[in-house]
Amino acid sequence: MSGTQAVTATPVQLPEQSTSIGSRRNRKRKHDPTAKSPMWVRIVLGLICLAWVIPTFGLAVTSFRAKDDAATSGWWTIFTTPSNFTRLTLKNYSDVFSQTDMGEAFVNSIAITVPATIIPILIAAFAAYAFSFMQFPGRDLLLIVIVGLLVVPTQVALVPLLKIYGALGLNGTLPAVWLTHIGFGMPLAVYIIRNYMSTLPKEVIESAKIDGASHFQTFWRLILPMSTPVLASFAIFQFLWVWNDLLNALIFAGQNSPLPVSLNRLIGSEGQGWQLLTAGGLFTMIVPIIVFLSLQRYFVRGLTAGSVKG
Amino acid sequence: MTIKILNAIIAVVGGVLGAIVLYWLLNKLAELLPGRWEDRVKPYLFLLPAVAAISLYLIYPAIQTLIYSFANKNSTAFVGFDNYTSLLKSQNFQNTLFNTLLWIIIVPAAVIVVGLLIATLADRLGPRGEKLSKTLIFLPMAIGAVSAGAIWKFVYAVRPPGQNQIGLFNGIFTGLGGDPVNWLQLSTLRFNSLLLMVMLLWMQAGFAMVLLSAAIKGVPTETLEAARLDGAAEGTIFFRIVVPQIRTTLITVFITVLIGVLKTFDIVYVMTNGRSKTNVIAVDFFNQLFTNRNNGNAAAIVVMLLIIMIPVLVFQVRQFRAEEAAR
Repeated sequence: MSGTQAVTATPVQLPEQSTSIGSRRNRKRKHDPTAKSPMWVRIVLGLICLAWVIPTFGLAVTSFRAKDDAATSGWWTIFTTPSNFTRLTLKNYSDVFSQTDMGEAFVNSIAITVPATIIPILIAAFAAYAFSFMQFPGRDLLLIVIVGLLVVPTQVALVPLLKIYGALGLNGTLPAVWLTHIGFGMPLAVYIIRNYMSTLPKEVIESAKIDGASHFQTFWRLILPMSTPVLASFAIFQFLWVWNDLLNALIFAGQNSPLPVSLNRLIGSEGQGWQLLTAGGLFTMIVPIIVFLSLQRYFVRGLTAGSVKG
Repeated sequence: MTIKILNAIIAVVGGVLGAIVLYWLLNKLAELLPGRWEDRVKPYLFLLPAVAAISLYLIYPAIQTLIYSFANKNSTAFVGFDNYTSLLKSQNFQNTLFNTLLWIIIVPAAVIVVGLLIATLADRLGPRGEKLSKTLIFLPMAIGAVSAGAIWKFVYAVRPPGQNQIGLFNGIFTGLGGDPVNWLQLSTLRFNSLLLMVMLLWMQAGFAMVLLSAAIKGVPTETLEAARLDGAAEGTIFFRIVVPQIRTTLITVFITVLIGVLKTFDIVYVMTNGRSKTNVIAVDFFNQLFTNRNNGNAAAIVVMLLIIMIPVLVFQVRQFRAEEAAR
């Protein structure tokens, strides 16, 4: 996990019911539940929210402004100068596709993100099953190595991987990027899924064994379906992480640049027009934001994955 | 373009099917073994693909990087500790280390303070207000660092005096009568680094808020009521009763943000590429590798990063063992 994506690696103790944003406890926690929240609380929080939203809002507004407008006046002038407001246009979005490689980058992003998200799930789930339900020498040591690797910066692997890929002729191809993400995401995948599986009731396994089911059948028929929530939360994590990754894409993707690399090029050539940069920026964010908003519940559950106690 | 999409589909279908077939085969293989051995071998077969991926992508390269760090820029001859000594002596790298230290000291603490503030305030709102404000603050987590770079370029942008400012900061600053400032070149007191840290704070405060808010909700109401009956002030209640009870979560958030900070690459790379004294260790690594084409220095930098992380690693493992013992 290089970059800035945060992922909890340490188990947290949290109550189970608080795994979704804004969830309320059944018990009333305020001393006077009928009282409205004090005005100052609403004002301070409102100001914080405003500060959090305004930067993104500025980008969104600019993405609809004509080139000259965007270069010669601040985006906030659309509220003070009516003529600036009426000149808003969708042209930047069509220009982003015709004048830059963002369209192709979008395809590359999909082609990298989908395999990098889906393939590691099954592999990690099998390993997590072994860690949770099987006894074997070296189990604890292996698990501790994996926990340790959660902390290790993935930069340690880049120089040797460049050499290995170079020898295999993989540098600059899409598989080079998604294979790397699978490798780098594996410790977290195993860790999160194992934490969840080890909270599943052991009796289920025992009774399946008595009924004559093999480990393979138990995994397939019982444990994997029971683990869907954690598989989903890992998938969302990995998706956001791979979609937004710049470092590995810069190093391994070559000509097949995904969105962050193309957007970074636009940022570097800002002189040619801010308006393309803003449209491109919004275009890059749209997929992760949709994924995030629609699957927020799983995402939050993933954040607290270590905490789900059986 | 269609070829790429097709390739991706083939990769996904092939990858998943391949994995299923592989496990089925491994399982069959284990079942061929006589009774006892089947149970002994099977766990390792289930682990094999994951462990192979981890070994190939993390463990082997880490060892290789350690070796490269003692070799010259093309990794053709060993040079002993030369990479380390020349880096540590150079003014630029000392500067980079100093910046990294600032990030380590400031960002995790700031993220926790802001996250805790928002969590505490939002908890006092009605359900709808709470959900809305939390979603707005959490959203930057989904926005990647490069998109965040595009967003914040518009906050920090500068135009020469006399022209209309298009950046928000300079818009406000000149509106108040000041001269436009090139914020990202303002290295006095590392102010530009602070502005980059604000971006990371903006991206991560929501994460801290979600975890801390869940922990605060878990504090038993009885302890709060008892303190109120005893006449404790709200501030005292917060620091003496709430904070001790959410200690574990505070530590988790701190460690997670710390790990994120140490690996911070994209924000600095996109915004300044380390110019104007804003360089940090992960960006320096990238530039040693690709701009200077110096494998030795690049490897030595990551090894130093790894050394900085050892205390975190030890802590993490101990925390994990304590958790396991408590299960």
